[in-house]
Amino acid sequence: MVRVTHEPRDESVRELAAGVILEPQPPATPGGADIEEELMTINFGPHHPATHGVLRLLLTLRGEEVLEAHPYVGYVHTGIEKSCEDKSYWKVIPLVERMDYLAYYFNAMTFCMAVERLLDEEVPARAQYLRVIHCELNRIHSHLVWLGTAALDLGAISIFWYCFRERDKVLDLFEYSSGQRMHTRYVQVGGVAEDIPADWADKALAFTYEMEERVGQYEAILDRNEIFLQRTRDVGIVSEQRLLELGVTGPLLRATGNPWDLRKADPYSSYDHFDFRIPVGTVGDCYDRYRVRVAEIRESCAIVRQGIEGLPEGPWITANRKVALPPRHELATSMEALIHHFKLVTEGFRVPPGEAYAPIEGPRGELGCFVVADGSAKPSRVHMRDPSFVNLQALREMVVGGYVADLVTNLAMLDPILGGIDR
Amino acid sequence: MPDATGLELIAHDLREQVPGSVTGTQHHRGIATLIVDPDRVLDALAWLRHTPNQAYAFLASLHGNDYLPATPRFGVHYELLNMDRVERLHVKVLLDEPADGDLPELDSCVELFPTAGFQERETYDMFGIRFRGHPDLRRILMPEEYEGWPQRRDFPMGGEPVIFTHNEPQTPGWFE
Repeated sequence: MVRVTHEPRDESVRELAAGVILEPQPPATPGGADIEEELMTINFGPHHPATHGVLRLLLTLRGEEVLEAHPYVGYVHTGIEKSCEDKSYWKVIPLVERMDYLAYYFNAMTFCMAVERLLDEEVPARAQYLRVIHCELNRIHSHLVWLGTAALDLGAISIFWYCFRERDKVLDLFEYSSGQRMHTRYVQVGGVAEDIPADWADKALAFTYEMEERVGQYEAILDRNEIFLQRTRDVGIVSEQRLLELGVTGPLLRATGNPWDLRKADPYSSYDHFDFRIPVGTVGDCYDRYRVRVAEIRESCAIVRQGIEGLPEGPWITANRKVALPPRHELATSMEALIHHFKLVTEGFRVPPGEAYAPIEGPRGELGCFVVADGSAKPSRVHMRDPSFVNLQALREMVVGGYVADLVTNLAMLDPILGGIDR
Repeated sequence: MPDATGLELIAHDLREQVPGSVTGTQHHRGIATLIVDPDRVLDALAWLRHTPNQAYAFLASLHGNDYLPATPRFGVHYELLNMDRVERLHVKVLLDEPADGDLPELDSCVELFPTAGFQERETYDMFGIRFRGHPDLRRILMPEEYEGWPQRRDFPMGGEPVIFTHNEPQTPGWFE
């Protein structure tokens, strides 16, 4: 930063011309406002490429130093939770998918798990495995978008293209298994929408091997990059205890060395059948957050492989005709199937009264869905505990006292998804 | 999750330590729910958090609900978690709507669980439940000058006036 002193400009120019080395001059008004001491309040966002969406930060700066940071959210609030109350249960799935738009399998899954809990509905083993496989592919996809955009924020543009190249392959797999690239509506109450196509497993296996190789290439680009290291190491450290008080979960918490991961701690959807490790960091700086997420991509590849190799045979959705649509061919031969199909599509199924909270491990931390059923075919309340929303509270403590440039690093490594924050 | 017996034991101990705090328990589909008196919610949460053999130190989520037409009308839900035992406890507080049209009030638990800061703001924003002692209780998702509590059950879906081309002149000042 250039120190500006308050002497008359033409005099200093004259002295410079004469080759005189200037002594540092005291400010013109002793004890007055030096320009570095002057506080400045600026808006960072809402439309700023480094905020990963429409996040507005009100910053108080002293020179380059951040003294205070207040997040303002709600710019993409669309009242999805309110809209859910006006839809039957199976029509809510595509709505909740659009909250955190990089974790749509997770959103749909946590909602379906809450409803299944209220219905006391068993999910067939094959459906549980298919959910796990797709969730882990979704986790790879989410981390790839994060890695590409986070590195882009730090000035590394080539990694962005590489990450989006691999991300497109995940989307190709989603398109092949469900017909959509994003917001696939693949997870259903009681199972999944469709079995995987004939050679999907081979394509997914090939992708996991390729992905592992690519992760090594990303690390070769970033891990020993001097600029990347200097900008991420020892930046934004918040203690593990404080993160827990602030409710932070996911890779941010694991970067401090706490191995809390719901897939291991409280296995749902047959995660206990899988052999995988939980990557943790040591000090919890931005570099650890980066390392944890990249290591998670590798673990997710291993889970997808195990899922495909151990995929049990059997139905992919519950046989309960009161909840799941009957197979298409039955409609031509069975009157009851036709009636149930009609009732499910027009009215939907009814859920007995109750309240359930179903948490899963999303790409950004604990993603939970709270559903209140009142006995009708529509939920009386759907609430998403979105990890981005809760984790954003930790941003202030990460950035205060640091530089503006570190704020950008912290924001990138926090990985907030504004669609999930604002809902 | 504590099982049904475990839940009753927690409720029994809590009743002894904070008299009158537990008004009911529920064990439904494997979820243990403790219904707590709104005036003693802070004492009950502090006891659940600090008692060594309870130690529900992590607040996973806080959210509100509107049970209209039931009374008491509002609910505030705390999803507590003990990470060592991997046990979740659902604490529910039921609030009456004040007769004179005031907002229902509840003690804020920000001192106890700093993570509740944003989530209490969201509950206030959506349901109009005022948290006493919250350091910065403002709207968070809706615009600050917004009137009404959009997630209440009596707030109409699509209640916003829509400006089409034909009624632009009849809506003076919409562009300001």
